[in-house]
Amino acid sequence: MLIKVKNLKKEYKTDEIVTKILHGLSFEIEKGEFVAIMGPSGSGKSTLMHIMGLLDSPTKGEYFLNDKNVTSLNDAESAIIRNEQIGFVFQSFNLLPRTTVLENVKLPLTYSKDKKNHDKKAKDILNRVGLGHRLGYHSNQISGGEKQRVAIARALVNNPSVLFADEPTGNLDSKSGIQIMEILQRLNKEGNTIIVVTHETFTAEHAKRIIKIKDGIIEDDSPVKKQRIAKEGSILK
Amino acid sequence: MLKACCQSILNSIKTLLANKVRSFLTMLGIIIGVAAVIIIMAVGAGAQSLILAQVKTLGTDKVGVLPGNSDDDGPPTSAMGIVITTLKYEDALALNKKINVPNLVDVVAYSKGVATVTWENHSYDTNISGTTVGYIPVEGGEVAKGRFFSEEEETNLSRVAVLGSTVKEELFGDSEAVGKRIKIKKHSFEVIGIMKERGTVALQDYDDQIFIPIKTMQKIVEGVDHLGMIRAKVDYEENIDKAIDDMKMTLRDQHDISNQSGEDDDFTVRSAAQALDMITIVTNALKYFLAAMGALALLVGGIGIMNIMLVNVSERTKEIGLRKAVGANNKNILLQFLTEAITVTILGGVIGIIVGVLISLVIAIGANFLGYDWEFIISPWSIVMGVGVSASVGIIFGLYPARKAALLEPVEALRYE
Repeated sequence: MLIKVKNLKKEYKTDEIVTKILHGLSFEIEKGEFVAIMGPSGSGKSTLMHIMGLLDSPTKGEYFLNDKNVTSLNDAESAIIRNEQIGFVFQSFNLLPRTTVLENVKLPLTYSKDKKNHDKKAKDILNRVGLGHRLGYHSNQISGGEKQRVAIARALVNNPSVLFADEPTGNLDSKSGIQIMEILQRLNKEGNTIIVVTHETFTAEHAKRIIKIKDGIIEDDSPVKKQRIAKEGSILK
Repeated sequence: MLKACCQSILNSIKTLLANKVRSFLTMLGIIIGVAAVIIIMAVGAGAQSLILAQVKTLGTDKVGVLPGNSDDDGPPTSAMGIVITTLKYEDALALNKKINVPNLVDVVAYSKGVATVTWENHSYDTNISGTTVGYIPVEGGEVAKGRFFSEEEETNLSRVAVLGSTVKEELFGDSEAVGKRIKIKKHSFEVIGIMKERGTVALQDYDDQIFIPIKTMQKIVEGVDHLGMIRAKVDYEENIDKAIDDMKMTLRDQHDISNQSGEDDDFTVRSAAQALDMITIVTNALKYFLAAMGALALLVGGIGIMNIMLVNVSERTKEIGLRKAVGANNKNILLQFLTEAITVTILGGVIGIIVGVLISLVIAIGANFLGYDWEFIISPWSIVMGVGVSASVGIIFGLYPARKAALLEPVEALRYE
């Protein structure tokens, strides 16, 4: 079992007011799945992703990653897991400015224990997302779609167990969005576990399973009956 | 580890280069501070060497006796312009006796004044030094022409004068002076010798004076019977302390002072070395005060760095969030920002050292050009201090912003707009 979430709760306290975001979620995700976590804004889907990505910790409940309880790790321990087992793709790309494509992709490797072949690993993964010709470009010299592909390459460079994508097509035009979904589907086919967080049904339907969240609870969790296959020409709403 | 260290320094330099103007402005405070410290230390050392060299040419084997008591470290009362009449010709004679002070080579007594000197229609204002024959043995100097006065002339009120080279030039120009008669305060003197040119040492112009026998000076020219000072030459430098003690005892005996503690002394015996120490204390104090001002500039520079670093951290909040998301822990982030701060300050420190050394060099060259015997001294300490202080400034003022960066919550940082 790759991911196991048990009765996960999250609440924020500001002064005396307690805001409950997640009300006890439980689900499991197997290795190799392509899951969309879908819900309107404010539903708690991003908070859930942050907790699963060890960027945030739950108030209650347990979270197992690769059969290891990672609910309450300290900063250094969770940093290692984020580095080795988790890849992130963000809506706004979050590339380092004034830095080349290659350097951006190498960034996670600088925090890795493995000190060898950084260049080769980064170049290989950039080739896989079709950016082998952009290695020396600065992050502000490439298009939005290319930026997101750099971000995907960066997320995958350490060969993580799971890739989290938070609204990966949110800042892109439909053509670039399709390309990103196409890459994600291909990576899934190659064996990568992918979890996309989105509010769009269309994007979610590119996954194999959709977990719908509303007001902090799971509204529905079922496989996609007919998975959309992203290819040039299909339109992303 | 070393590689990681080099990598993070390289990354810092990259970040700094990405923002050249801001990095330079950040460094400016440090550059000015370090350069100021270096220049002040160098100028202080140069000036000190200049003064010390001048004083040393007077001879460290000399001991001076001045009228009036003084504290051990303070200047003698007579230096304040108060006339004290306790020192007599007989004191000099007593000091010159081997029985009293065996370590003295010779003794010279002085009674000085200023007067107008005339020859034919030329007149010139100069210093009149009434001295004993011990002048040349104690103070050095050579007679260029003619002779110095004799022991007999010293006591029998002879009206003879030995001219310093400047005085000879001013009065006689190129014409012969030895054998001519000049007038000092209307008293007629025969010129019996001309001193060789010697220059100015320790602010004293050796050439702009006339030497006459001390008794003549006291009785005929000034109408006094006390001495301005006595100077003595000690045989070996290591005997100075013993000689001073002997001299004090002799003078107490001469003046009927029974208290050997020195409290009742009406004279001050002091070696040139002691005078040197005093000058060194004063110049050192000045130097450290100025260096402290430089350090203040460094402090201000440090606060500037903290400011910029804080701006830097909030500007790069998203970057920090991302770095944490891809596996950086708090320590990595702390080190990254601390390295940047230290790199900026050390770079500033190095530039400051270069600027400071160059300016000090220009000052030294300028001073030498103007004829001062100015040494170009960069003490290794000022370099160590420059780098050390700037690195500490980097650490101290970089730590707070770096800690702030490290403790950012990744989620908060990623959400930051």
